[in-house]
Parts: sequence; C-alpha cells; structure tokens
Amino acid sequence: MPESLRRALLLGPGLTWLALFLVVPTATVLLYSFFERGTYGGIDTILNIENYVRAVDPLYFGILLKSLRIAAVVTAVALVIGYPVAYLIATAPKRLQIPLLLLVMLPFWSNYLIRTYAWIVLLNREGLINNALRWLGLVDEPLSLLYNDTALVIGLVYGYLPFMVLPLYASIARLNPEIREAATDLGASSLRGFWTVTVPLTRQAIAAGCIFVFVPSIGNFITPDLLGGGRTKMIGNLIYDQFLKARDWPFGSTLALILIGVMMALLFLQAWFVNRQMRHG
Amino acid sequence: MAKVRPERQALRAHAALVYLFLYGPIAVLVVLSFNESGLPTAWTGFSTRWYAALAGAADIHRAVLNTLIVAVSATAVATILGTLLALGLERLKPRAWIDGLMFVPMIVPDIVLAIALLSFYTLLEMTLGLHSIIFSHIVFNIAFVAVVVRARLRNFDKSIVEASIDLGASEVGTFWRITLPVIAPGVIAGALIAFTLSIDEFVIAFFTAGAGPSSTTFPMLIYSMIRFGVTPEINAIATIVLFVSFTLILISQRINRPVANP
Amino acid sequence: MPVLTRWIAATLLCLATTLGGAQAADKIVISNWDAYMPGDLLENFTKETGIEAELSLHATNEEIMGKVTAGGGAGYDVIFVTSPFVEALVKLGLAAELDHAKIPNLANLYSEARSLAYDPGLAHSVPYAWGTTGLCYRSDLVGGSLDSWWDLLRPSDALKGKITMLATDRWLLLPGFKALGYSANTTDEAEVAAARDVLIEAKKGLLAYDDTTFYSKLVSGEAWLVEAWDGWCNYGVYENPDIVFTVPKEGADLWADTMVIMAASENKDAAHAFIDYVLRPDVGAWVASNILYKVPNAQAMEGLDPGLYEAFPNLAMKPEDILAQEALRDVGDAMKLYSRTVTEITASE
Repeated sequence: MPESLRRALLLGPGLTWLALFLVVPTATVLLYSFFERGTYGGIDTILNIENYVRAVDPLYFGILLKSLRIAAVVTAVALVIGYPVAYLIATAPKRLQIPLLLLVMLPFWSNYLIRTYAWIVLLNREGLINNALRWLGLVDEPLSLLYNDTALVIGLVYGYLPFMVLPLYASIARLNPEIREAATDLGASSLRGFWTVTVPLTRQAIAAGCIFVFVPSIGNFITPDLLGGGRTKMIGNLIYDQFLKARDWPFGSTLALILIGVMMALLFLQAWFVNRQMRHG
Repeated sequence: MAKVRPERQALRAHAALVYLFLYGPIAVLVVLSFNESGLPTAWTGFSTRWYAALAGAADIHRAVLNTLIVAVSATAVATILGTLLALGLERLKPRAWIDGLMFVPMIVPDIVLAIALLSFYTLLEMTLGLHSIIFSHIVFNIAFVAVVVRARLRNFDKSIVEASIDLGASEVGTFWRITLPVIAPGVIAGALIAFTLSIDEFVIAFFTAGAGPSSTTFPMLIYSMIRFGVTPEINAIATIVLFVSFTLILISQRINRPVANP
Repeated sequence: MPVLTRWIAATLLCLATTLGGAQAADKIVISNWDAYMPGDLLENFTKETGIEAELSLHATNEEIMGKVTAGGGAGYDVIFVTSPFVEALVKLGLAAELDHAKIPNLANLYSEARSLAYDPGLAHSVPYAWGTTGLCYRSDLVGGSLDSWWDLLRPSDALKGKITMLATDRWLLLPGFKALGYSANTTDEAEVAAARDVLIEAKKGLLAYDDTTFYSKLVSGEAWLVEAWDGWCNYGVYENPDIVFTVPKEGADLWADTMVIMAASENKDAAHAFIDYVLRPDVGAWVASNILYKVPNAQAMEGLDPGLYEAFPNLAMKPEDILAQEALRDVGDAMKLYSRTVTEITASE
C-alpha cells in the first residue's frame, strides 16, 4: 500500500468528521462575531468590529484574567495530587491496574451536577462539615465554606481529576520499568530518579493531562454558579450569558473566539516546547 | 511480599487520601438516598421510599437508557476514528500546528459548539434526535481519543513494526498483533475519557436533542430538575449507577483474571 | 482490515437506523419547566381529546429561547415562556398568531389578564400562571416583618451572609430599580448605573445568587431572606409555615408565564386544543393547587379549596393587586446594557 493512500485511510475519516461537524459550524458562528445583535436577540448582518472593541473593555479582560488564574490553580492542584496516584496505579501489579484506574473513573459515571451538589451538602452553612465542627465544639458560628473561590477550585479539581490521572497512567505504564529501576540502581535516590527520568519521559502526558483539566475548568459555568454561588464570574459564564441570557450571539461569539485564541496560543506554545525538547533530547 | 519502600508507603497513603476525596462526597449521596425526609439537612430515619419512587419513574428510566445509547455509540465511533487519526498523524512530520489543531474541539466552549451545531443541523433540515446528539459527541470525543493515543505512540519503537513486516507479517496482522497491544492502554484510556465525557455532557446534548423524552438524556433531565432543588430520587439514582458500575468492574475482573494471570 | 471495516459498517448501520426513526406527526411536543404542570395533566389531556402529547423540559427561559432561536422552533408545538420573552418571540417571527375561535375557554380568564402590555389582546400568547417577585423570609429567624427592598439590599448585621437574590438579569436588577423608585424596565443609563452601585454594595451581604434552590436554603436555615417569585416561595411555606412572602412597599414586577404556539408547528389545531384544555376551570384549579402559583383563570381561582388560600396567603392576591405591579417588558437593545451591568455586579469583588 503506498504511503499516501495509507495516510489518507488513517486520517480521512476523522478529519472529514471534524471538518463537517466542527470546522463548518464553528466557522459559521465565528462569522457572527462580525455582526450585530438584533434588537430582539436575532442577528443583524451588518459587518463591523464593534464587538471586538467591546471585548477589550477592562471589565471583560479582568474576567478573562481571573478565569485563567482559577483554571491554572485547578490544573496545578490536579497535577500535584493526580501524578502520584497515576504513578502508583501504573506501577501496581498488572491485575490491580485496571481496577484501580476504574475506581478513579467510577464516581464520574454518575452526574456532574449530582457530584457538585454533594459538595453543597458537605460545605454549606448548615451542612455536614459545619454541623460536625459545631458538634465537636470547634466552632460556635458556622464557617462560610461555600460560595467562594476555594469551594469553586475544590469543585473543579473534583470534577476533572480523572482527566489528569488517565493520560498520566497511560504514559507511565508504557515506561519501561527497567529505565525507572536503572536510575535507582545507579545510585540515584528514587526521588531523584523520578525527577530526572520518569517526569521528563512523561512530559507529553503531563501536557495532555493539564490541558484536559485546564480547558474544561476555564470554560466551566455550572460550578461557578453552584459552588461559587454565582458570586464569581468566569469567562465560561460570560460567554454562556451572552448566548442565553443577553441573547447577544455576536458578542458571545467574539468572546468565544478570544478565549479560543488565548487557548490556542497556550497550546502552540506547549506543542512547540514539547517538539523542541524531543528534537534536542 | 517484598519489603515496601517508604516512598511506596507514602505514595499509598497519598492515594488513599485521594480516593477518600473522590468517594467522600459520593458516600454522602449514598447515605442521603436512604434518608426518609429526602433533605440533606437532617436525618429523619432510614427509608427506601426514594428507591420505590424511582421504580415508577419512567422518564428517568428512559433518560438513563438514552444516555447509555449516546455514550456507547459516540465512544465506539470516536475511539475508532480517533485511534486511526492518531496513527495517521504519527506518520506526518511533527508540527506544532497539527498538535494544536487536534485540540480545537476541546477548546471550543461547549455552548458555542452547541449553538453552532444546532444552527448547522437546522440548515441541513435534519430531524433531531438521539442521533444528532451522537454526531455531536463524536466531534469532541475524537479529539480526546486521538490526543491520548498519540501520547502513547510517542516513544513507541517503530523498529518492531518494521521488523515484523520484514519477517513477512502482513500490515494488518502487524497492526493487530504488535501495534494495537502496545497502544491498547492509550486506546482504553481514550475510550474511557470519551465515555465519561459523553455520559455526563449536558449543554451540547440539550441543544442538539430533538424535543420530547425520546431524546432526553439523563444530564438534561437532572438539569431541568434542579430548578426545584435536587430531589432525593437523584441521590438514589447516583447510588444505583455507582452500584451497577462497581458490579460490572468486579465481574470484568473475574472474567479477566485467568487471562491476565495465566 | 476486514474486522475493522465490518465494525465501522455496523456502527454506521446502527446510526442510520436511529436516523430513520423520525417522530410521528400527530403528536404535539410541549416544552415547560420541570414540575410546573401536574404530573397527570398530559395523560388526562390525551384521554379526553385523543391527542398525543409529549413533554420536553427546560430549566430557564433563556435555554428554550436559545434553542428555538437557533433551530427556528422546529420540533416544538407549544412552549412555556415568561412574558418579556413573548415579545421577543413575536418580533423574531417564531410565535404563531392564535386563532381565538379555537380557544373558547379564553373567556375564563380574568379580563385583566387579557390586556397585559406585553401581548395586548393575547394575539400570540395565553397566560398560564402569573404573579410577582418579592421578599420570602423566615419570620421566626428574622424576628419582625420586612417590607422594603432595602431590607434585602442593606441588611441588618444579623441578616448579612444569609440572603440570596435571583440570578437572571431581569430579576437580579429588579430590587435595585424598585428600591430607587425606577421602572422595572428602565433603559436610562444613569438610573441603571445608580442601581448597579446599590447592587454591588448589596453583594457584600449576600450568601449567593440563586434561581433554583433558594426555597430549600430557607427551609434548612442556610438563608433567612431571599428574593423569590411568589409561587415559588409557596414551596418553602409548604415545608415551613414560618416562611412568609411579601411584596415590598416600593413595588415589584408583574410577570406572566405564558403558552406560545410555535410558528413552525405542524399541529396548530392540536396545540390550540391543548391551550383550551389548560384553560378549563377544573384543569386550571388543578394546576393552581398543584404548582401553588396563581393562575389568571377567574373560574379556576374561584373553584380553589379555601384551605389553600389560608395556607398560602399570596395565592389570594387579586388581579388588581397583581396589576398594581409593573409588567416586565422586553427592553430590546437595552439588554446589552443590562447584561453588561449584571456582569459588572457579579464580577465585582
């Protein structure tokens, strides 16, 4: 089979699907960003860049920065607590690996809203944690654990942790155990072996995991509503609001385009970084 | 059993805490599902009335079934297309823009994709239903599968494939016997991510579903139910889903054991 | 790769079969909020008229608006939306003109409910339930009675952190507008800015913005005072009789949740029959006693169990009490201003 045909067979179906159901529809919506909201929420096809002028307003820019910050914190926390778990699973006896991995995924086959709701039950002013603290006599007045940024971060980490663990597991499991062991046997402490051998070899998966967590975190609008009590606005809420509440699709498209642009920039940076390291390493 | 290194013990303790973090809130739901009052604020006695209520809730049954149909179909198609895509991309020279492009479906906010797809389907005058949700879910699932499989393909020693072909194995045979087993953990992880995303996806499903219960998925049902606060039936459902998944895992382990440990 | 090909073929076949399963045409699809209609209503409707009806659910006005705007209303016959959205649906050409000859039970409506400003003469919509927005609070915890939007916006120290406000744009702004004596539909930039400043200040005393679970927060004691729709406050009253609803002295809004037939509907006769059925006195009374919202149906309200009026005093509000409030209107281009203002409020630290 000639190489070009083989490539076409492999790439064809997936790329066609993406072109049809992703590129075409998204391009249409992005065209909206150059139009205007009709008085009653439709679209007036008047070409202009007013939406872009509106979007650079410090109000919206501030929300973007705050969202980036929250998503970065969530990603960092998920990486720090997720990597050791992935490592443990990947180095566990073979027959335990899949069950352990499935146990990480299991809670996530119920429903995101229900899981988020569980945190409300735990954290609210009359919730289980506050009641327990009061019962133990540790506090007199209930603590405000819910409806703040901390609750928001906890909820997002809880929501997306498996997306960090899975790619890391896949990558660590593939590492040759001898490589890991060799570093230790050569006198490197196992922690140093981990830092100098395992971590660099799983760079690609770290990047994938971080993206899997960062992206849905920054675009999330349900958790800020439920655990943030609607008191925090993230860029996902802002975009959602434009499409649904304000029925301003053109402006919503503009904000979405900007968010996509920011994320693309981060991704290109990451891909370039990984590729460069591959070439040199 | 060999002596456990202290690092290993620390690792286990950490993992235990993480599993506690994952299951603590779930455990709360399980307990609540047996609370007579149904409200999370006070324990008024053990009761299975919420399970009884579930038994008669045809709309919930239907929604759960719809969700499974969507998740299984979308995962199956996306896993195949995504894996092929990853294998194909691996044959191209590494370029930052290709890697970047693969992430596009993941970074388009779901509400944008949802509105875009609904407008697109309307333009095509397509009848909406479960199939339109499946088509839509495949879009982002392909990307997730491809990225995970690609992560696995990196560092994959291609000389094995060449050796196999040199030794006279067919390309297809080589794929099944060499390539697939090597990338299998990546494919499984990708499929799991896809399934997990699909089973829980609300925004795109809401917009691309047809009207009425025949294409209402479980997340859509829950989302409209929370307008009146989460009802205790939902706790009961979460408990059942958990129980069923857990049982399936146990069964699959029983079946797999002789194969994994000959 | 024969196995793979077979697999793909099987999947495609499977998808194709689902595609073919189009819906039967002689069935109407109704989209309503969950639990906003007695559970047996559609079943009874089918029994009496022989028309099949399916219920679809939306959680907010915004959702169903987004869906019918993007999809041109295809697939739906009757949708339930709140009054200002009727205006938008009409302007967007998505709402069908009603044929009053097919809805004889329109005569059961209060005359006041037939001349509401958002759709005078009910050309495109029929009100299903109506009411106002006010303060809903735990009289046992608050100690004393509340009667002003300022109780919500500038709360006593005891109330701080125990208050929720509605999250959707119109109702988030409403307390600010009304407290300052402005119209609920003001489009004056200076007035909107003044209300914004009050609302940003008020956010400091707020537990959360909540459209969905505020009544359960009251019941649990997590919140003591919430901004609520009258009918929904009744869900709290049902659980705890110490919960009280009051319309603030500065006045509030008048909203109506309405039934609209989609212009794209292919079953307009059946859709009219559905609306007519809902307007029947016995059905209206069943609706009101089931969802605890006032229905604008004179005959139905008269037929209501007097015990209900006692248990849920706001059900007893007369049409003139409701009409004394200001009807919410679509504000057209000012939605941009509203949306920006709400963003400024919710994004403030």
